[in-house]
Amino acid sequence: MTKKLLIQADHLHRYYSKHHAINDISVTLYQGEVLGLLGQNGAGKSTTMQLLTGNLAPNDGTVSINSISLQDQPIKAKRQLGYLPETPPLYRDMRVLEYLRYCARLHDISKSDLDHAVNNVLQRCGLEEMRQRLIGNLSKGYQQRVGIAQAIIHEPAVIILDEPTVGLDPIQIQEIRGLIKTLAQDHSVILSTHILQEVEAICDRVHIIKKGKTVFIDTLDALKNYQNNKLGANASLENIFTALVS
Amino acid sequence: MNKISLIGLTEFKRLFNSPLAWSILAILQFILAMMFLLLVDDFIAGIQTEVVGQDVSIGVTDVVVSRIYLWAGVIMLAVLPILTMRCFAEELMNKTLPLLVSSPISFIQLVLGKYLALVLFILIIIIMVSLMPLSLFIGTELDYGRIATSALGLFLLLTSFAAAGLYISSLTTQPIIAAVTSFGLLLLLVVFYISGTSSTNASELFVYLSHISHFFSFMDGVLNSADIAYYLIFILLFLVLTVLHLDAQR
Repeated sequence: MTKKLLIQADHLHRYYSKHHAINDISVTLYQGEVLGLLGQNGAGKSTTMQLLTGNLAPNDGTVSINSISLQDQPIKAKRQLGYLPETPPLYRDMRVLEYLRYCARLHDISKSDLDHAVNNVLQRCGLEEMRQRLIGNLSKGYQQRVGIAQAIIHEPAVIILDEPTVGLDPIQIQEIRGLIKTLAQDHSVILSTHILQEVEAICDRVHIIKKGKTVFIDTLDALKNYQNNKLGANASLENIFTALVS
Repeated sequence: MNKISLIGLTEFKRLFNSPLAWSILAILQFILAMMFLLLVDDFIAGIQTEVVGQDVSIGVTDVVVSRIYLWAGVIMLAVLPILTMRCFAEELMNKTLPLLVSSPISFIQLVLGKYLALVLFILIIIIMVSLMPLSLFIGTELDYGRIATSALGLFLLLTSFAAAGLYISSLTTQPIIAAVTSFGLLLLLVVFYISGTSSTNASELFVYLSHISHFFSFMDGVLNSADIAYYLIFILLFLVLTVLHLDAQR
């Protein structure tokens, strides 16, 4: 089975002054899969995502998206990307509809397709009744949905979501997870999280980072089998994760 | 080009989402209208009665028009930093910049788009300021050429303020610090002029460096290509610095 390689990031390094935040991390993402980026707080999940989306430049290493180099052809490469940062990049003084139309046009959606794209994403993210509301007045959960909506409005090949369910109530978490699952049918998704149930529920493959280094990268099943010898059969995901990162 | 106008027009609309832009326009107009009234009054009661019948070529344009543009320039020295502080500092503070950085646009388009919004706002200011001297046409003959050069001079002066403010806004995550620093820089260039023209320490270089010194010729009705070039270089310099800084920050 040969799947198309959508993200190929090789040997990324990134320093924050002297702190070596990302130390030789390579990320791969194939078409139609959901990759979970795991790690403790401060392990480098968000930094990795910023490197993959061109919000940070790596000190060393290369990123190519859909075989387009992010360094050499950033504009072309960014067309393939949808990105929801840790803090949703929302203009609080704009209305939902107005904001999403702006995002759509930033992503080269033509005027004739604009209404269709915006309505589609409003419906997908359950925002139809909020379209005329000011973003600043929305609850955290709805703001998060607007954040996801701007990441998927242009139907990118790759969707990168940084902790998409943080700060949501359990019902909203269920809804967002459901949304991500449906997104995974047509798109490839990378999401970062430290909630293990989430990984179990939606990810095909996991990439665990510890202090800027890769400690594990394989399918979810492989992770479950991994270290079963040490921890005994049917060790919970928590136990395996704790063993890996501590 | 498309993206520049998209960002520019959206940012321009967003300016008016907050009361800030409205209050700036209202207060500016109120203060300048007071100044205008004073100047016109001064001219009618003072200068006009003195020069009547004499062979002196002094008219209302000399007294009122150039001063109102000068005052507008001086007031905007303090006001424009308040407008420009938001451009990048607010995006950095609210962490909204990733939206634009992750979009398929270049930093050049981003900076020019933000700058376009400021230029549009400045155009509104220029039109509103110019309406006052132009209203005198009801009662007297005006030197329209001079009003036009003064308006152009004010436009170049204010757009140069905006370019400097835009750059400083990209340096910090705190809008207030951006405003104070921009004001400091603009004021420093005025101090250059004052120090350069002082009787003891006159320095042509300081006068040349100061943005305000290049403004005076416009108010005299002179279109000096060196002065126009000064402003264009000033603007270009700060826009390029902004692009380079944003790119280096990644």
